[in-house]
Amino acid sequence: MGMTEAILLTIATAATPLLIAAIGELVVERSGVLNLGVEGMMIMGAVGGFMAANLTGNPWAGVLVAIVFGALTSLAFAFLTLSLAANQVATGLALTILGLGLSGLLGEGFVGQAGVKLTNVNIPVLSDMPLVGPLVFGQDPIFYMSIALVIGVSWFLFTTRAGLTLRSIGDNHISAHALGIPVLRYRYLAVMFGGACAGLAGGHLSLVYTPQWVENMSAGRGWIALALVVFASWRPLRVLAGAYLFGAVSIGQLHAQALGVGVPSQLLTALPYVATIVVLVLISQNVRTTLINTPAMLGRAFVPDR
Amino acid sequence: MKKLIIGLAGVAAMTLGMASAAVAADKTKVCFVYVGSKTDGGWTQAHDIGRQEVETHFGDKVETAFIENVAEGPQATAVIERFARAKCDIIFTTSFGFMDPTLEVAAKFPDVKFEHATGYKTADNVTSYNSRFYEGRYILGQIAAKTSEKGVAGYIASFPIPEVVQGINAFTLGAQSVNPDFKLKVVWVNSWFDAGKEADAAKALIDQGVDILTQHTDSTAPMQVAAERGIKAFGQASDMIAAGPETQLTAIIDTWGAYYIKRVQAVMDGTWETQSTWDGLVDGILDMAPYTNMPDDVKAMAEATEAAIIAGDLHPFTGPVMKQDGSVWLEDGEVAEDGVLLGLNFYVKGVDDQLPQ
Repeated sequence: MGMTEAILLTIATAATPLLIAAIGELVVERSGVLNLGVEGMMIMGAVGGFMAANLTGNPWAGVLVAIVFGALTSLAFAFLTLSLAANQVATGLALTILGLGLSGLLGEGFVGQAGVKLTNVNIPVLSDMPLVGPLVFGQDPIFYMSIALVIGVSWFLFTTRAGLTLRSIGDNHISAHALGIPVLRYRYLAVMFGGACAGLAGGHLSLVYTPQWVENMSAGRGWIALALVVFASWRPLRVLAGAYLFGAVSIGQLHAQALGVGVPSQLLTALPYVATIVVLVLISQNVRTTLINTPAMLGRAFVPDR
Repeated sequence: MKKLIIGLAGVAAMTLGMASAAVAADKTKVCFVYVGSKTDGGWTQAHDIGRQEVETHFGDKVETAFIENVAEGPQATAVIERFARAKCDIIFTTSFGFMDPTLEVAAKFPDVKFEHATGYKTADNVTSYNSRFYEGRYILGQIAAKTSEKGVAGYIASFPIPEVVQGINAFTLGAQSVNPDFKLKVVWVNSWFDAGKEADAAKALIDQGVDILTQHTDSTAPMQVAAERGIKAFGQASDMIAAGPETQLTAIIDTWGAYYIKRVQAVMDGTWETQSTWDGLVDGILDMAPYTNMPDDVKAMAEATEAAIIAGDLHPFTGPVMKQDGSVWLEDGEVAEDGVLLGLNFYVKGVDDQLPQ
């Protein structure tokens, strides 16, 4: 495997958890709910995934439990904000604090224990082809899930009736309610889908990225995913572009440092954030399309009989 | 947003700390502020082992408390101040970035003793204590130069502070004492603890052709990557052999326990005075993990160097040493003064990097 392949693979690994968490949050926000607890759900997925993989020795059990942990964590958020109409911003922040603390508690006995790595796909012949082999046929299974999620979510939101309904709820939940659409049911499912995605992203961290468990290992990636959704103006393909741009610049700046280019490392470290914001703002220049894609009900509570 | 959350979590943790503080009055209360998690497998874990040794040594006579994951900067001030208000007799703040917050709080609480790790500022009630990690790094450099086939090592660095620069320079000098052409590639991740970023940095360095990794960050992720890619690496702060049984050559292990016990005893005896200590291998404040995964001659060389440093026959920063730009730093036989080392802000020749200023 050559250096180019190695670098591209590293970029894909860095981008995948951001992409998965962001694509899940995109669906949540398209339904008009703002869940700031991505970091909390992600870290719960990471600890759940690690524990299950460590106890069973099977990384796929880890993937499954990561998804379940993420979804269960988001269920707490859904109950508070949807059924009890609590403030979404405050609840989301609380969810992050809860996730960080609870994951530390659950995972205390697992720190320093051997991780089980979800191994990369290996298809004879195909995986050995130069360049495309490792990139297209030789990555970890969660990478393929992330791409499938982008395609699936795009298809769901923009070509299916249920997707249209979900978006309409995000744009005007009162009208949707008046039309007889079960607003809260849709939102519950959207929030849990977002939680499952965040959990899977966390599972990627503790099963693929760095197969170990340490407290706070998500290290702010949930917040980056949240920002990606906004800067990508709630469009799946732009989320994909943003996540990969962020990953590419993050890895690129490390290589620039290793090569010894004379740029201050603090500047290089800030570069992924700056580059991603600038590019996504530039491609979101058209105010009209951005407005159309912004869920108008974002963050507003909906109480059916009010 | 993230800061807000950490702040809120900090307040919650401090409130809990307050509640438990009111219990015992005649015990000496020893408090620790940690930058990371006490189970990080590296830096903070080493301090927490020290705290546990204090508990074991003094038994009922002490009560210890700690707060983990305290961010460097303004929030640290709030955490330290809350400890001071909670009747801590002595407070150890265990990260470089806690230096100014510690002094700020210490000025308000003249009766509380403060000890700050790895800094250089002191006050009437603030001691600074540090470990000569660079002695260990010199040994690592020698081992790297003997073991590396390509003659290039990768260094994952955290923040451009003197302590880290000392390490990079000592590693380079150690390596050059074996192979004068040895090169070092440095990558800064601007974090003490971010497993993902450290792993990315490790991969980037390996892709750029280094075949030995060393780190001045706290997670075991680089060791894992090194193991996966089949190269050798050094552990940091704690023995990381579990993360790379066939990968770790040795590790610099921080052993703070003896120092903590000594200082707590001084508080009990009423003999505590401000000071500035900088202990090394000879004092047992750092220790080398077993030399593993290397040929016997390399091991023998490492052991000889360790013994020479302990005996005082070898100081890693002994001339002739040139700065990165080729000008002379230390004349032949000249030994660097502690004052210069504590403020070290330049590289020695052979480091393939520009020091962030």
